[in-house]
Amino acid sequence: MKERLEKIKAEALQKISESDVLEKLNEVRVNYLGKKGELTAVLKSMKDVAPEERPKVGQMVNETREAIESVLDAAVKKLEQAAMELNMKKEVIDVTLPAKKLKMGHRHPNAIVLEEVERIFVGLGYEVVEGPEIEKDYYNFEALNIPADHPAKDEQDTFYVNGDILLRTQTSPVQVRVMEQGKLPLKILAPGRVFRSDEVDATHSPSFHQIEGLVIDKNITFADLKGTLDQIAKELFGADTKCKFRPHHFPFTEPSAEMDVSCFKCGGTGCRFCKGAGWIEILGCGMVHPKVLKMSGIDPEEYTGFAFGIGLERITLLKYEIDDMRLLYENDDRFLKQF
Amino acid sequence: MNSALSWIKAYVPELECTDQEYFDKMTLSGTKVEGYERPDKNLEKIVVGKIESIEKHPDADKLIICQVDVGTETLQIVTGAPNVSVGDLVPVVLDGGKVAGGHDGGPLPEDGIRIKCGKLRGIDSYGMMCSIEELGSDRNMYPEAPEYGIYIFEKDSCKPGDDAVEALGLHDTVFEYEITSNRVDCYSILGIAREAAATFGKPFVPPVVEVKGGGGDISDYISVEVVDTDLCSRYCSKVCKNIKIAPSPKWMQRRLAASGIRPINNLVDITNYVMAEYGQPMHAFDLDTIAGHKIIVRRAKDGDQFQTLDGQMRTMDSEVLMICDAEKEIGIAGIMGGENSKITDEVKTVVFEAATFHGANIRKSAKRIGLRTDASGIFEKGLDPRNAEAAIMRACQLIEELGCGEVVDGMIDVCQPLKELNRIKFEPEKINALLGTEIPREDMLAMFDRLEIKHDNDDMLTIPSFRQDLEGFADIAEEVARFYGYDKIPVSLPRASATAGKLSYKLRIEQKARDIAEYCGFSQGMCYSFESPKVFDKLLIPEGDELRKAVVISNPLGEDFSIMRTLPINGMLTSLSTNYNRRNKDVRLYELGNIYLPKSLPVTELPDERMQFTLGMYGEGDFFTMKGVVEEFLEAVGMKKICIYDPNAGKTFLHPGRQANIIYDDVVIGYLGEVHPMVCAGYSIKTKVYIAVLDMPSIVPMTSFDRKYTGIAKYPAVTRDISMVVPKEVLAGDIEKMIRQRGGKTLESIRLFDIYEGDQIKEGFKSIAYSLSFRDMTKTLNDEDVNGVMKKILNGLESMKIELRS
Repeated sequence: MKERLEKIKAEALQKISESDVLEKLNEVRVNYLGKKGELTAVLKSMKDVAPEERPKVGQMVNETREAIESVLDAAVKKLEQAAMELNMKKEVIDVTLPAKKLKMGHRHPNAIVLEEVERIFVGLGYEVVEGPEIEKDYYNFEALNIPADHPAKDEQDTFYVNGDILLRTQTSPVQVRVMEQGKLPLKILAPGRVFRSDEVDATHSPSFHQIEGLVIDKNITFADLKGTLDQIAKELFGADTKCKFRPHHFPFTEPSAEMDVSCFKCGGTGCRFCKGAGWIEILGCGMVHPKVLKMSGIDPEEYTGFAFGIGLERITLLKYEIDDMRLLYENDDRFLKQF
Repeated sequence: MNSALSWIKAYVPELECTDQEYFDKMTLSGTKVEGYERPDKNLEKIVVGKIESIEKHPDADKLIICQVDVGTETLQIVTGAPNVSVGDLVPVVLDGGKVAGGHDGGPLPEDGIRIKCGKLRGIDSYGMMCSIEELGSDRNMYPEAPEYGIYIFEKDSCKPGDDAVEALGLHDTVFEYEITSNRVDCYSILGIAREAAATFGKPFVPPVVEVKGGGGDISDYISVEVVDTDLCSRYCSKVCKNIKIAPSPKWMQRRLAASGIRPINNLVDITNYVMAEYGQPMHAFDLDTIAGHKIIVRRAKDGDQFQTLDGQMRTMDSEVLMICDAEKEIGIAGIMGGENSKITDEVKTVVFEAATFHGANIRKSAKRIGLRTDASGIFEKGLDPRNAEAAIMRACQLIEELGCGEVVDGMIDVCQPLKELNRIKFEPEKINALLGTEIPREDMLAMFDRLEIKHDNDDMLTIPSFRQDLEGFADIAEEVARFYGYDKIPVSLPRASATAGKLSYKLRIEQKARDIAEYCGFSQGMCYSFESPKVFDKLLIPEGDELRKAVVISNPLGEDFSIMRTLPINGMLTSLSTNYNRRNKDVRLYELGNIYLPKSLPVTELPDERMQFTLGMYGEGDFFTMKGVVEEFLEAVGMKKICIYDPNAGKTFLHPGRQANIIYDDVVIGYLGEVHPMVCAGYSIKTKVYIAVLDMPSIVPMTSFDRKYTGIAKYPAVTRDISMVVPKEVLAGDIEKMIRQRGGKTLESIRLFDIYEGDQIKEGFKSIAYSLSFRDMTKTLNDEDVNGVMKKILNGLESMKIELRS
């Protein structure tokens, strides 16, 4: 019996080593390990073996089966691997061929900058709100300490619908609308479209966007205003950005300031970009004028606050080095796709 | 406003700083300097030379050879200038020096022009005599310069070897200021000098005004009556006699020129000089032209015709303030004098006017008349009445000093009671609390002192009359802040009560709209809110349609920007047209912008501003692509019910057979469709364009970001396919609606997998095939369950007269 098994094993291994395709290995499996194979035949002949010998023979048969199986499996694996490799060789592609893109659309550069500014302020606890674009004279001017005869009304050449209703020239009226609601403290950001009667050219547009900020609470100081805007500038233009506050005049803030940031191209040494100044004017700001607080029903003896207004297009043009404002409203696909 | 630093220094004699220091410090203390320029920046090695002899050039008719004494030596200089003679004092640029420009007076080169000795037609020339243009200026500023040729100095005004640039007054710096509208006092040399003094902590020394007087009595010459005192709070008048018109002295000419004012003659120059120095516009009349020797200040009458001294006839109205004599109008108050009272060189007696007119009235009048002058630009800011007297006295002083005439004694002063000086409580702690600083009280008082703000024992601050901008506490705080230095104020963050930062809900939905549009390949555009009323014709909107009722701008930039849009289609089509005509392929754009619907016309209340989410595309994709984008968006904002598409949308600008209103929960939330070919043609687009418009105010209330997990089905679905032949006009949507109604809750989905019209199908019919999927969340459906439902559906089809295909 032992010899017979040895012989079967030797034959099987011989056949395996001679097999060069999977089909032949399969044949070996059928012929030696299958239901009608040689080993099965040996097991069937067990009835001729003495009962006390049977476990021993059984074990020998199993050992032989395992020996053949393990060699067979290894051979199969080897051939399969070879076949796979051959196949993959046929599947080589030119990886430099063009990509199949999903063709996503692009956000308007103005919207990208606005979302960035909103993200920063929301992180600082500001609520982003809106107000009407067609506005009452009262909110756009009067409640902002720009009475009927004030020259500032001329400075901001206003589009009127009638004597009382106009296209807002600034986002500041949203300040008043929010203050009037009487919920304090306030920390709001009010972005939106504004209008001034400027002819369209490379640096002017009769319609553009501002981002208004307003904080009202007890003990708000000019130092808080500086600190807040300093932080924004660093987030927006980089950690090395320096800020300069210059006195200025706005009817609705006092003291008022304009803020310059160190040129983000040259870092402040002066270049073509900042016209040699090293600084770029970014926004106007100030402490909310006591008259404005009072008109909106807030007691200026108890509360103080600051406000600022950023020209969105100005930042967009600077940040992306766009040299003509008209591009922002032309909606040329080749322009929009760059952002 | 431009002015020479030398003029400022005349009143701040101890001021010493570089140009850049002045620029920086003045800007940081609130007098914004836009820039500065040195007129001598390209003038090097230029001295005064005296021409000793002139001889002809042997080989050139137009050249002469001069021997010129330049102080240290005598140089031979060849020139082509026709105007020099022996003994003339001229500017000479020496070998290696520099001039600012060419003799033709064209644009000045950035780095000037280097001059070297050389030969002209064979004769050595060791320098160059200069014209005023070569020195970087022109005859407007140096009226005595010849039209063509070398500048010649006045005899004995300088000597050979002197610095010629100095002699011309060009060693100076001209600063350009941007004065804010509240600081009317700074539209003057004295105002800026006062700021400079305070900024640098140096004494301010204004001119001492003294008029000797030439006798006589002004009331023998002129009388003044102010009728409309509401528009003229003060009218000062002085008379000067025996006027001798002559050029004004060089120092005055130089200062005016640096301020951009052309020197004319002594009398005109004096009024301009005082306007620049005091910020008080003045006017001079010829007494002989004033009928009845009486001045009356009153409003014009509607329709009055008046010729201003620039020769123009202008129409007045009853809100324009006029200066009149006993018979006629002789000037528009604060704006421009009349041709009929113009000063000529023959003038003998002059009447000076320094008045305070109502700022807003002047501003509006100038605008209505269409004549904005230097004077009106200053008056409109509202002047200090106290300044009028100071200015007119200064003018009279200059008349005497310049030998221009004699000042008649007395002044006519028609003055409304002057406002008392404003007093503000001094509250140093409150100032520090507002600024976030700890500035000592004494330091604040020192600042006020320099600003001529007086502090008294009651701790009150008295504001000088010229600082009309200082009204209350906050203004005082700003004075402290700017002279303390904005840069020295510390930085901190508000220690305010905690607030939650967030976007408004509407803005969150808009953000989602942007995201989805972009995922679907649409790029964001931005369009103007105003457009032309012609847009309605382009969009085939019928006369009388609601959409034509637009908010109209009363003062638009032009017709093209004159109405507020009532629909967003024009902006989108204009943008697509731009792209199409620039040959951009497969363009997809979206816009989030308002339309403006008036609640009534004429507009009496704020219109309804409705945010529109507009999508537009041409090239790849069709109606159903656009429909897909709409549904992706609605799903993303939690609107998961089935939309109904009603083909009867009635949009004139869309293809009549390819448009639909989008209805969600019985609300029309927008529309989509293919743009009408005639409309496309109007926008020069020769391809199919698809558009969708979603009305965000209708959508936002139906959106939700709430999501609940509902479980994933454990039991298999059963699918049944049905194929049918349907009259063409029956809408798939109606069939689906019926199937859904009858399918009950086990009907999981309906998928249209085939739609066909043509050969095998009879005329006027279409073949449609659906795959219906049924599933029960609680058990495996058996055939019987499904057959029951299918039977109901098939009955339904039958009732719609739809035949099934085998």
